[in-house]
Amino acid sequence: MLEIKNLHAELEEGGKKILKGVDLTVPAGQVHAIMGPNGSGKSTLAYVLSGRDGYEVTEGSASLEGEDLLEQEPEERAAAGLFLAFQYPVEIPGVGNLTFLRTAVNAQRKARGEEELSSGDFLKLVREKAKSLKIDADMLKRPVNVGFSGGEKKRNEILQMAMLEPRMAILDETDSGLDVDAMRLVSEGVNALRAPDRAFLVITHYQRLLDHIKPDVVHIMAEGRIVKSGGPELALEVERNGYGDLLAEVG
Amino acid sequence: MTAALDRIEAAGAVDSPLARRLAALDLPKGGFTAAARADAADRLALAGLPHARDEYWRYTPPHALNAEKAEPLPVPEGPQDAPLFEGVGQLRLVFVDGRFDAGASDPLALEGVELDVLSRADSQADHWAGEIYGALETAGQNPVRRPHAILNTLAAPDGVLIRVTGKPARPIHLVYRRSDAGADVYLRHVLRVEPGAELTLLETGMIGARSNVVIEADVAETGRLHHIAAKRGGEPKTGIGHIFARVGANALFKSFELVVDGRMMRNESVIDIVGDDSVAHVASAVLGDGADGRFHHDNTVFITHGAERCESRQVFKKVLRNGATGVFQGKILVKPGAQKTDGYQISQSLLLDGDSQFLAKPELEIYADDVKCSHGSTTGALDETALFYLRSRGVPQARAVVLLVLSFLADALEEVEDDDLRARISERLEAWLIQRAQDSEA
Repeated sequence: MLEIKNLHAELEEGGKKILKGVDLTVPAGQVHAIMGPNGSGKSTLAYVLSGRDGYEVTEGSASLEGEDLLEQEPEERAAAGLFLAFQYPVEIPGVGNLTFLRTAVNAQRKARGEEELSSGDFLKLVREKAKSLKIDADMLKRPVNVGFSGGEKKRNEILQMAMLEPRMAILDETDSGLDVDAMRLVSEGVNALRAPDRAFLVITHYQRLLDHIKPDVVHIMAEGRIVKSGGPELALEVERNGYGDLLAEVG
Repeated sequence: MTAALDRIEAAGAVDSPLARRLAALDLPKGGFTAAARADAADRLALAGLPHARDEYWRYTPPHALNAEKAEPLPVPEGPQDAPLFEGVGQLRLVFVDGRFDAGASDPLALEGVELDVLSRADSQADHWAGEIYGALETAGQNPVRRPHAILNTLAAPDGVLIRVTGKPARPIHLVYRRSDAGADVYLRHVLRVEPGAELTLLETGMIGARSNVVIEADVAETGRLHHIAAKRGGEPKTGIGHIFARVGANALFKSFELVVDGRMMRNESVIDIVGDDSVAHVASAVLGDGADGRFHHDNTVFITHGAERCESRQVFKKVLRNGATGVFQGKILVKPGAQKTDGYQISQSLLLDGDSQFLAKPELEIYADDVKCSHGSTTGALDETALFYLRSRGVPQARAVVLLVLSFLADALEEVEDDDLRARISERLEAWLIQRAQDSEA
């Protein structure tokens, strides 16, 4: 599904090198987790994959189902099936959550040559998905993320993911700022979307989220590269011993 | 040529731009307005036309407004009426080149309202509007002179006179159309909202190649007036407008204006809060594009708190691109004794490129010690993070910009109280923005 080869990227401003040769393959149907210390390049990887301005790819490639991602605009990547759940979802005052969702869903359908959803069909779908995430009618009507608690913002991200049905979803520290109940809700939302033709890349600092969203593979990222990969037990090891031993071991 | 011109000449202003400007006009003699017009001639002789050196004209060059004649502007072919308020139950009053068109208008009858037009009523010596015509304008000349408003008192031949005595079921909609490419229009509306009465006044359309409009609104205690104007330039126009409002105790005055395109426009709102516990809001959403020549839009606001426990709001939002200029001069004056005043002012611009500019001059002048007054002003570009957020959800760049522009303007639109009218304005705005995005792509 997602194939990253020797990816190098730096900040456009100042030229600071952040990604220094990332190799990563996430097959369809799997959940991969990336853990790593602060500043190791996890969020940058998410941004570079989704096409945020401000980064320059100097070497390597990234593709989604064989299509080169790096040449595409962010909205084209989204229409191709890529989704990024933001660590800090953005507040957009004055734009209703429903308007935003409907614009996004229909823009993607249009880009893929599919028919746009009618008002009625859209509402039915969004209500159904919102219910399982405990997002009430009021939250749907309110401006995007404005006045939402940390937990509400993250649930709203998962609602967007559920509506957009991406092939490849990247979750950037979706667990940050969540209490235990919110984390369970969010995890259930993610687990409900697990499917043979869909893959997830879960970026997190803590093993706790991975108790709820069970990964197939755990990668450790440090200094802009994947330095170690393994099964779920790798996350437990990090939780017990920190990154120090692991990083010393791989040099 | 006329008595008024004689007075101006007698005041020693024979060969002034003002005298030349007046010589080009057919000045009405006036019936019930005669004394106010004569007084305006005297005041205008003293005041003269605004000069670029004047403090309140530093950011807006007055020459296009001062010029003897309007620059002709081709009249668009086909229907001119904006579809914005189509389908809303309303009483429509149509003005063509600033003259009331009875044939195109609804009959002047609406329960809870006494209606008249200036051109007809001014043959009478007495009229209820006589107490207001020129009086609110004169009061609004202190401490800052507003010569074009004096000129309007002197020269306006037509307009609507509305006395609200009840709560009419429908808004009154002033529809402006053009037929003469060179029309230089003076229009004067006088409103009196009696105690306990309430009216919504709508304005749409193109007034003239150049326009000078004055609204005098006297809102008595417990009266309520909602004013919503939507001016779509669509083509360039030059104009100046003044609203002079006097707001009584427990009364409400709310004015919102939407401006889309245009050339050189200045709107002055002069609000005098005279009764306790009243509310006055002035808001504006402006979309300016300098691509087809110049775009310059100036909002000059002067709100005077002269009573206790009153609330005033100024919410001004301008979206500017292609070398457009936005100006905001806003003042809150709290007089001695106007305790517990709650005054707030925000002026913001969204610059869609590096060529446009926003000039803001917020002012607070406070002579009471137990008040809450604040102001804020910002100028900025589109929020890149928000833009990326929308695009990462699959919303194409152009559409994402439209959503962020609507987001920016939302606070101003919130000032429209009526849900249906607000939704209409919002939808129309979105349609215009999408159209414009498509036009620039093509």
